[in-house]
Amino acid sequence: MPKHHVTTTINRDPVEFLCSSEQTLLDVLRDVLQLTGSKEGCASGDCGACSVTLDGRLVCACLVLGVEAQGRSVETIEGMAQGDELHPLQRKFLEHAALQCGICTPGFLVASKALLERNPHPTETELRYWLAGNLCRCTGYDKIVRAVLDAATEMRS
Amino acid sequence: MNDITTKGLTEREFKVVGTRPLRPDGVDKVTGRAKFGADLYVANMLVGKVLRSPHAHARIKSIDTSKAQGLHGVKAVITAADFSDLPSEFIPAGEMMVNYRDMTRNVMAREKALYEGHAVAAVAATTEAVAAQALALIDVDYEVLPHVIDVEQAMAPDAPLLHDNMYTIGADPKPAKPSNIAKRVEFNLGDLAVGFAKADVIVEREFTTAPVHQGYIEPHACLASVSEDGQAELFCTTQGQFIVRSFCAKLLGMDLAKLRVTASEIGGGFGGKTVVYLEPLALALSRKAGQPVKMVMSRTEVFRATGPTSGSKVWVKVGATRDGRITAADALLKYQAGAFQGSPVQPGAMCAFAPYDLDNVRVIGFDVVSNRPKVAAYRAPGGPIAEYAVECVIDELAKHLKLDPIEFRLKNAAQEGTKAAYGPKFGPIGLVQTLEAARAHPHYRAPLKPNQGRGVASGFWFNIGGETCAALNLGEDGSVTLVAGTPDIGGSRASLAMMAAEELGIALDKVRPLIGDTSTLGFNFLTGGSRVTFSSGMAVIEAARDMVRQLRERAAMIWEIPLDEVAWEDGCARSNSGSTRLKELSLAEIAKTAGKTGGPIVGNAAINAQGAGPSLATHVVDVEVDRETGKVTIVRYTAIQDAGKAVHPAYVEGQMQGGAVQGIGWALNEEYIYNANGRLDNPGFLDYRIPVCSDVPMIDTVIVEVPNPRHPYGVRGVGETPIVPPMAAIANAMENALGIRFTQLPMSPPRVLEAIDRTGLVDKPGA
Amino acid sequence: MVLSGTLKQLAGGQSEIEIEARDVRQLLRALGERYPELAPHLESGYAIAIDGEIFQDAWFAPIRPDSEVHLVPAIRGG
Repeated sequence: MPKHHVTTTINRDPVEFLCSSEQTLLDVLRDVLQLTGSKEGCASGDCGACSVTLDGRLVCACLVLGVEAQGRSVETIEGMAQGDELHPLQRKFLEHAALQCGICTPGFLVASKALLERNPHPTETELRYWLAGNLCRCTGYDKIVRAVLDAATEMRS
Repeated sequence: MNDITTKGLTEREFKVVGTRPLRPDGVDKVTGRAKFGADLYVANMLVGKVLRSPHAHARIKSIDTSKAQGLHGVKAVITAADFSDLPSEFIPAGEMMVNYRDMTRNVMAREKALYEGHAVAAVAATTEAVAAQALALIDVDYEVLPHVIDVEQAMAPDAPLLHDNMYTIGADPKPAKPSNIAKRVEFNLGDLAVGFAKADVIVEREFTTAPVHQGYIEPHACLASVSEDGQAELFCTTQGQFIVRSFCAKLLGMDLAKLRVTASEIGGGFGGKTVVYLEPLALALSRKAGQPVKMVMSRTEVFRATGPTSGSKVWVKVGATRDGRITAADALLKYQAGAFQGSPVQPGAMCAFAPYDLDNVRVIGFDVVSNRPKVAAYRAPGGPIAEYAVECVIDELAKHLKLDPIEFRLKNAAQEGTKAAYGPKFGPIGLVQTLEAARAHPHYRAPLKPNQGRGVASGFWFNIGGETCAALNLGEDGSVTLVAGTPDIGGSRASLAMMAAEELGIALDKVRPLIGDTSTLGFNFLTGGSRVTFSSGMAVIEAARDMVRQLRERAAMIWEIPLDEVAWEDGCARSNSGSTRLKELSLAEIAKTAGKTGGPIVGNAAINAQGAGPSLATHVVDVEVDRETGKVTIVRYTAIQDAGKAVHPAYVEGQMQGGAVQGIGWALNEEYIYNANGRLDNPGFLDYRIPVCSDVPMIDTVIVEVPNPRHPYGVRGVGETPIVPPMAAIANAMENALGIRFTQLPMSPPRVLEAIDRTGLVDKPGA
Repeated sequence: MVLSGTLKQLAGGQSEIEIEARDVRQLLRALGERYPELAPHLESGYAIAIDGEIFQDAWFAPIRPDSEVHLVPAIRGG
């Protein structure tokens, strides 16, 4: 079966790639484009380690087909820092020690950014439910929640 | 809120240790740059996939791989025939005792498939699609056998037998027939009969727990490359690159030095990545194909084929006098080992009553094989199960005696000098301090609402030391590279760099910590056993002191004065010879001329760290039970633990919080559900439900510091103990909320609802 | 020295024994010679507690003439 030629935008850059029908966007990001920041934890949309945004909407890249990126805009963890400046969320995660092994961290950062773009002043409960699709086994979520709320405060000022 | 209480003996004023700097490896982790096990791609690489048994127990009569081998794009196919059968001996291998006969069979089945998911063959092909097709073309002729999973069913005399040659070690008299009971262990102290005779109240209970998985978010992954001359490189996610090297070299019949293993960043392990699964297969495939082979497990493979911890049956009987002194304690532990022997029943038996000062104790344990994956270590292996049962009985006893649960524990708490049931006397330990801190904490006095209950439990874990090497390399500009050999699973690079900076007296950002591959350092035992801050820390401190001695020597030579007139302070050599001019040379100045004063300056340490001290903890939890749905909400949680000396308090807190939440999952929802065919019904995160962000509140922590006199800074390992108290603390809280004593884990909504319905609890108005 | 549990059984029920040894390696050798049934188990993962302090894999840890010594199963952790 010949591959599909896809033209898309990733982290604000134009990108073209070839993929087969069954390859997911996650497969493409990692195996084809070597953007390995998005992680595969389950390949079934349960863990959120592959969180990216598609036209601004938070999705699990493992539940999107590579061909669905055609003509759309994808943002991954690799696009979060601007040049050599970390995004406030990234800084706050470091300050609050909101990561231990770090495998879930890209997913949490992308998901948190998507929330704060919609709701710049979430309550702790709203934040916890928004992040319920991102699994972390190391931190118990405490410092992650503190980091995001702190980043939100900074971003509002 | 997070709080630190120091009851320390140490007078040293630390400049770096005890602060909360940013971790040095952090930026790569928040930008997606850090490379985990599946993140490496190399030219010419093949994809490896494993064919796994669909049967829980089956004899493998034959395997025909010819069609798979003939498929275009398939470069290698392996089965057990590609691995030597290794004899059944416990031998030192990488300074560990392992049974290679079992290990070679676990990575690739030989005579039998012993669990659903057991590897029976593997292929390497040009693409994932071709590899999947190849697997489908492998013909395995199975003779399906009856299977057994439950631990007591596996112990029954007529149970299907997994191994014909398993005769229970430690059974008296020696059994005449083989069984599924690999081992019987027993620990004794004093005289049980005398002890129970003295008791005014005796509580006896039996508990059941299900297997639970470590639940690391990163599946196992590796990339192996074997050259035609037999030299090999392996990149893998692991808790111990040296252990992987030892195991793989043995399984593949190669010299250790020929195999260089690099640990990737690791996405969680908790003990589950202290063994090998894919690595020997990837090496064998690469050796056959002559190309690099990458293998990554899917999530269902992780659940079906990697070791969770034991399911168990635990019986506990404890007696106490009316004034609250425990006089006797007895326990019987039956732990699943999975397909091969080696459950953590022995440490479980040793831990069971360890928090208490007892005269009369007996613990008997059985290590039982059954048709599920071989058990792997899971955070304080064996301890959480046994201590869950004991802490529930302790709580019940306290209730009968009308004593506050913390007071009851204080009356019986182990302290420095207490003789443990498994033999030795404790050095300084912090159980009493954690109990007192719990009692004084505002959480303990906070009012409760209807349908809420509060529970307390304590916990113990030994912690270990072990073989460790570290190197500090001084750059000519005065910056230092720190090479450690224990993978960083939770932020340890920060603590190690802090200890080096503290000893050298330089700024933290002048030290760059790295984790070396197996070619860069002498043997390092794995990351686990809560040993890294203790052992690698000890090695780093020793390496730094070695470097300081050399720096002083160089200064002494430059100044032409005796060595004992040179002190090292604030990152500088200073002469205190009493000459009129105070001489000073900074680290950078000495580094600049090192080539001329004798050569490069390198600090080394190669130790077998002894003296790891146990870490004790007490947890307090408030739960709220919804009587209509059986759902339990964790309303408030406080974890209090002795860290000896918290080098980087934020990462100590992180261990306490993470372990507590794993325990919450173990208590309320996690379990392996097998169907009648012995297949796992819930091999995914949807139905194997670990706690999510909305399931838990903030986890408040209190760090207590009772220094460990055997470590230069007083450090105790903290990583494992936090998972020990939560299950009992929550069960005790539920007893207080509902008046029902749950003796089965998990206390999931269907079980809670069934218990509520059975006891006829009526919904209180306003609840 | 003190033997407990499985080891006690293999040493014929003896739990407290006197044994001459200057260090751990000598102790294990002497034990294995006195109780041949015990010998194979001594290699498979035992730590030694000398006067309360635990030593794991430490052949040359010194033992004083009146030290109290326990054999303790080795712990690995996870």
